[in-house]
Amino acid sequence: MSASITTTAERGAVREGGRPSSGGEPVLEIRDLSVDYGYGDDPTHVLRKVSLTLNRGEVLGLAGESGCGKSTLAYAATRLLAPPGLITSGEVWLTGRDGTRADLLRLSDRELRSTRWQDIAIVFQGAMSSLNPVYRIGRQIVDGILAHRPGLSRSAAAERAAELLELVGIPADRLRSYPHQLSGGMRQRVMIAMALALEPQVLIMDEPTTALDVVMQRQILEQVMELRDRLGFSVVLITHDVSLLVEVADRIAIMYAGEIVEQADAGDVYRRPRHPYAHGLLGSFPPLHGPRRELSGIPGSPPDLSRLPQGCPFAPRCPHATDVCREARPVLGTTRSAEHGRLVSCHLHDPELRDVLPAELAR
Amino acid sequence: MTTSTTLSAASAASVAPAATDPVPVVPARRRAPRLLFVRNAKALTGLALLGLFALLAIVGPWITPYDPSQVSADLLQAPSPAHWLGTDHTGRDILSQIIVGTRGVMVVGLVAGVSATVVGVIVGVTAGFIGGIGDETLSALSNVFLVIPQLPLIIIIAAQLPSAGGLTVALVIGATGWAWGARVLRAQTLSLRRRDFVEAARANGERTWRLVLAEVLPNLTAVIASGFVGTVTFAVLSQVTLSFIGITPVSEWNWGTILFWAQNNLALQRGAWWWFVPAGACIALLGMALTLVNFGIDEFVNPRLRSTGLHARSLRRRGIRPRVGFTPVVREEKS
Repeated sequence: MSASITTTAERGAVREGGRPSSGGEPVLEIRDLSVDYGYGDDPTHVLRKVSLTLNRGEVLGLAGESGCGKSTLAYAATRLLAPPGLITSGEVWLTGRDGTRADLLRLSDRELRSTRWQDIAIVFQGAMSSLNPVYRIGRQIVDGILAHRPGLSRSAAAERAAELLELVGIPADRLRSYPHQLSGGMRQRVMIAMALALEPQVLIMDEPTTALDVVMQRQILEQVMELRDRLGFSVVLITHDVSLLVEVADRIAIMYAGEIVEQADAGDVYRRPRHPYAHGLLGSFPPLHGPRRELSGIPGSPPDLSRLPQGCPFAPRCPHATDVCREARPVLGTTRSAEHGRLVSCHLHDPELRDVLPAELAR
Repeated sequence: MTTSTTLSAASAASVAPAATDPVPVVPARRRAPRLLFVRNAKALTGLALLGLFALLAIVGPWITPYDPSQVSADLLQAPSPAHWLGTDHTGRDILSQIIVGTRGVMVVGLVAGVSATVVGVIVGVTAGFIGGIGDETLSALSNVFLVIPQLPLIIIIAAQLPSAGGLTVALVIGATGWAWGARVLRAQTLSLRRRDFVEAARANGERTWRLVLAEVLPNLTAVIASGFVGTVTFAVLSQVTLSFIGITPVSEWNWGTILFWAQNNLALQRGAWWWFVPAGACIALLGMALTLVNFGIDEFVNPRLRSTGLHARSLRRRGIRPRVGFTPVVREEKS
């Protein structure tokens, strides 16, 4: 265990050294975002008052089981959620390069459309099928650029497209290819190149590599991180692959049943999880370094969001649950020892409710 | 299949903690609302109108105040308590003509609509699903039928037959009117049969007929329904037209026959609006009813649109306009 900690820490140190200073200036602030699915009398409350801040130049990982609301959060914040999704509360503040701030949820359609891709670009889950099969990829990149930069000449846009392809490691002559002539990994990289075309401030990647093999996954993410270092955008990376997140993300937010249950620096989450769910999640994949250990996993399955229990949504699966957990819903707050930059939503961290923290959450 | 698995998994998950823990408070599972289709305001209006016409078609001959062909001394009278919709140039009661005429129109619409839809579905889905030479042949066949001018054909056939009644007209419309639906269905089937869920069912070892019936057809419901409604509307209009120009026997009452008599006796010039307006309004109302039902079907068959369709009124009230790409934001205080 200790061996693995040093390795991760060292790698983290190396990475932090090469990163442009983030300075902690927020670029995307999500506040109290609530989302319902269904327009009827009893909609499913998929997100309940979620707050999350993305700082400039930072890679923020969103992790959690399937159906916990990771993608919903990203799509709601950009107002891309398809019907019957409905945003019922919250604000999403985007800070522009010149310091102007705008609430994405209050923008008019036109303003929102011009923000898209320009300020916030998204790489979709099935990005490989986001390319239109009847056009050459060059034309698709150029069309996208021209849609947001009407003044640009076609040849200038084509030049930019070539540049972008080189950026993601695809030879520029591939601009003349049709999507079916590229492999899945290449198509994914084309999508990433397109997402970066207008130098967005925020890049949201929704499980960008789930359909790819492990080698390709690693390659693509490393490339994105390298580009991030060079171009200085911020990344929201949504995945259920926690081990991947621990390696590439600066900060990790762990979601459960439509709420953020723990938020901290990547290394901290990995080494010292503070929420029982985070601990369980980390116990469900093997450590890459250090001695072998038994995989624990988490008993039970995620709750049905349309009929959440009254108290903490994780209580039925939590090994430390007490009566208070089943009755009162915890809120996101500081950890027991009030560590800097860490937030956790768990009654175990309230000294008035529990005398001591279980050993595995107090390391 | 999928629904039942999800349901059982969900209930299993909820049972498991309950067995070990001291009663976690879990709200009761919401009951699936029933008769969803009927709750849609558009579909409801359409169905009510259709029901009214169907009722008239069934009981019409028994509830008419007069015999529609009974000549009387009240020549060309405006609506009055004795004749609610007035009389024509030989003193026949127009309300009775409309009521009795409903059956002719409805039967033709139904027979033509059903027969054309059945043929269209069989030809179109088969062509789309089997592909190859079968597709070529069936497509060629529908292309031929597509260019047959229906109305002239019906006129010619009607002229040849000793008595070209409503049923003949309906069958001719059915026999010639299926091609458009078949084309649309073929195109849609071609796209559907390549989808992953069909491939997956094929990989599961499903029989071809089951692939067609259980996987492809439910996805075609909206197209089939709109084709049916379109054909019915077309059949009704064709029959009314044929009666209006006097091809079908004028003694057989339908709304077109009324218009035929009105036109031949210069109803418009004589200002006898009660002669042609009610028949015209009935034709328009029937068309509207069919269209409304079609809207309802559209919103109902797509599970994703169902929520939107069902709550259209409350959505309007709350100012929500569901759109793809611009998620509505509603800040309302929870009561």
